Amino acid sequence: MIPEIGHFSLIVAMMIALTQGYTSLKGARTNDFELMRHTKPLALAQFTLISVSFLCLTSSFLMDDFSVLYVANNSQLALPIIYKISAVWGAHEGSLLLWILILSIWTVLVCRYSNNLPKLFSTRVIGILGLLNFGFLLFTLFTSNPFERIFPTPSDGNDLNPLLQDIGLAIHPPLLYIGYVGFSVAYAFAVAAMLSGNLDRKWAKWTRPWTTAAWLFLTIGIGLGSWWAYYELGWGGWWFWDPVENASFMPWLIGTALIHSLAVTEKRGVFKSWTLLLSISAFSLSLLGTFLVRSGILISVHAFATDPERGLFILIFLVTVIGGALILYAKRASDLDDNVNFSAVSRETFLLLNNVLLVITTLLILIGTLAPLVMEIFGMGKISIGAPWFEIAMLVPMIPLLIFISMGMHSLWIKDDLRKVFNRSKFLFIAATIIGLFVPAYFYGRTGLLLVIGSVLSIWIILSSFVSIKNGLFTNKLKSGINRSVLGMAIAHLGLGLFVLGVTFVSSFGIETDRSFSIGDTLSVAGYDYRLNSIKNAPGPNYQAIEAEIDVYKDNLLYTKLYPQKRTYLVQKSPMTEAAIMASWNKDLFIALGDSLGNGKWSVRIQYKPMIRWIWFGCLIMALGGAIAISDKRYRSSA
Amino acid sequence: MKPRQQRMLAVGSSAIGLIIAAILTFKAFEENMMFFINVTDVVENNKAPLDRDFRVGGLVVENSLIRVEGNLTVNFLITDNKNQLGVEYTGVLPDLFREGQGVVALGRLNGDIFLAETILAKHDENYMPPEVIESLSKHQRDGNEKSL
Repeated sequence: MIPEIGHFSLIVAMMIALTQGYTSLKGARTNDFELMRHTKPLALAQFTLISVSFLCLTSSFLMDDFSVLYVANNSQLALPIIYKISAVWGAHEGSLLLWILILSIWTVLVCRYSNNLPKLFSTRVIGILGLLNFGFLLFTLFTSNPFERIFPTPSDGNDLNPLLQDIGLAIHPPLLYIGYVGFSVAYAFAVAAMLSGNLDRKWAKWTRPWTTAAWLFLTIGIGLGSWWAYYELGWGGWWFWDPVENASFMPWLIGTALIHSLAVTEKRGVFKSWTLLLSISAFSLSLLGTFLVRSGILISVHAFATDPERGLFILIFLVTVIGGALILYAKRASDLDDNVNFSAVSRETFLLLNNVLLVITTLLILIGTLAPLVMEIFGMGKISIGAPWFEIAMLVPMIPLLIFISMGMHSLWIKDDLRKVFNRSKFLFIAATIIGLFVPAYFYGRTGLLLVIGSVLSIWIILSSFVSIKNGLFTNKLKSGINRSVLGMAIAHLGLGLFVLGVTFVSSFGIETDRSFSIGDTLSVAGYDYRLNSIKNAPGPNYQAIEAEIDVYKDNLLYTKLYPQKRTYLVQKSPMTEAAIMASWNKDLFIALGDSLGNGKWSVRIQYKPMIRWIWFGCLIMALGGAIAISDKRYRSSA
Repeated sequence: MKPRQQRMLAVGSSAIGLIIAAILTFKAFEENMMFFINVTDVVENNKAPLDRDFRVGGLVVENSLIRVEGNLTVNFLITDNKNQLGVEYTGVLPDLFREGQGVVALGRLNGDIFLAETILAKHDENYMPPEVIESLSKHQRDGNEKSL
């Protein structure tokens, strides 16, 4: 019964979403306030029904209702409760339901916080969001219904993919989706603004907090995914340039460009058409990512879901969403005039350069991601683009970008002088150069070109951010309280600096090595001695494990004990490596247990990862900066 | 310098910078492009490049895994059901590596032996790398469909 309630709610929600879109857009076009009155109640109803549907699926999981195909495929009696809940979005159908739920939550939030916006405008926004969710509901109900039954009912389920039985991956998709879907709000604002023909600075001001909110969740989501891949996949890298990762990184880059472009549009009234294009692109890339992942079109380690019918539907949806917005843009773009000037050296210029570089970065990733696909379609052979290419390709736009970030923070709006910008940032740059040149060489005993470039630039950004934070906290305090926009900006840049520093150190000094040893043996890696004490069985709730006990010595003193496991999940019979990690602020010691090699020997992968925590910590700080910027009271005031 | 000249200089130098960057990027692209080559194309048709890395994939032949006891190096055969190719790898094998399963190896050819730098076996035990399925189905139409 419960699955039927869920299914039925979803069908009604789909019809309501369509009605919501129709009444809102029609009402706004004909200025019919009677029609527009329905907008918010409909959005609320849609949200309620989708929540009911979501709860129905969740309770089917909790009650082990294996007559539901999706539950049978992704759960099992012995699965711990927390993973029964996260299994709701553990595979394709349920993750779409989560996507829909999140879109309806964003819609309700827009309803709640749009009272200070003109009625016509907010109604259009909510209408567009309704139509978008209609598309996703249609997709779910017709190609990916999570409530489908099976007969005969199996006595036990097939278990959740062991890789997903992990707390990091339980919360990674919701955060990522909040970010992805959040860009639909920026998209809806842009389309609504184009429909109303009223593209002034206010539109940028209204969009900003929503875009920043979506961006900050995406930042945390991607960071979390990277962290998960690091410890759970057992490979010890933090980014693999896998198509699925790229699919999340591209909207993030464009979202970042959008945040900066919106800032210029709001503050100075320029870059309007550029900002519009970025708003459309950010959401389009989110959709493209979904298409690439869900259609199974790319060869990918993440390819859980593969079904060509789904791919076709998303492709049509993608074309409609992007094409519709671009046609509208083509009609309106000529009305836009950036009648404000700025000089060649000004904060506007630095932000423009930043935008161009971010877009170039995105295009490079897009090329690398789609090239194998294109070449295969044209019969030019099956290729893959290795991670080294992405790493080289990233350096090209990223190095100037990092320089411009520091200089941009030291420049003035409208008109500045290059010499003055240099003078203002001179001391920070010299300090960063000294630190960047000598600190790594002192602590790690060697140096290199990329290491120095990475260290100097990131430390320059960190120092510049501290100056900006100081300014944000103290300079404007007397006049108008703390300027949270400036403070948030500076903190986000601080996060980026910490991130880049972490990346630089990990890639320069990280060690990964595969070795073998038997009980009583000691292996030495990066100044730490790993001694294998014992190997024994360690049973778990739905798996059997072999666990090694390893003592780690530093200078002949016991430093820590590590317990890596090799698990075999009972239902899917799949083996899984659970790496053991000793994490600290300046390095990680990582050990993953391999196979028994015979003769009492075991293979292990040992890694030494200096400052890898700074990568994820930096992401968190970036997100924190976003949160502070949103809390600026400027966004609460009307008009 | 007049502002006009300054602007020309800025535009000119960034254009040159862009061109250099583009050339470097595409050169790197060319170098990092790795082709997937069937076992048969490697063994019979000599289609494998000798001077660069490529990927090869197939099923690990049952009972072909040889390891010197206690040694990290393994040797095994992969097949596309028509030809077999010897693969040598040193390191920790991925979780889902098993005889009879599909794998993709990345590396280069040394004589008759493929020296693998990386072995990819995929997440799901039922999952088969798409290239492997394709190269298998060329020689054997049935049997592997369920893996899709």
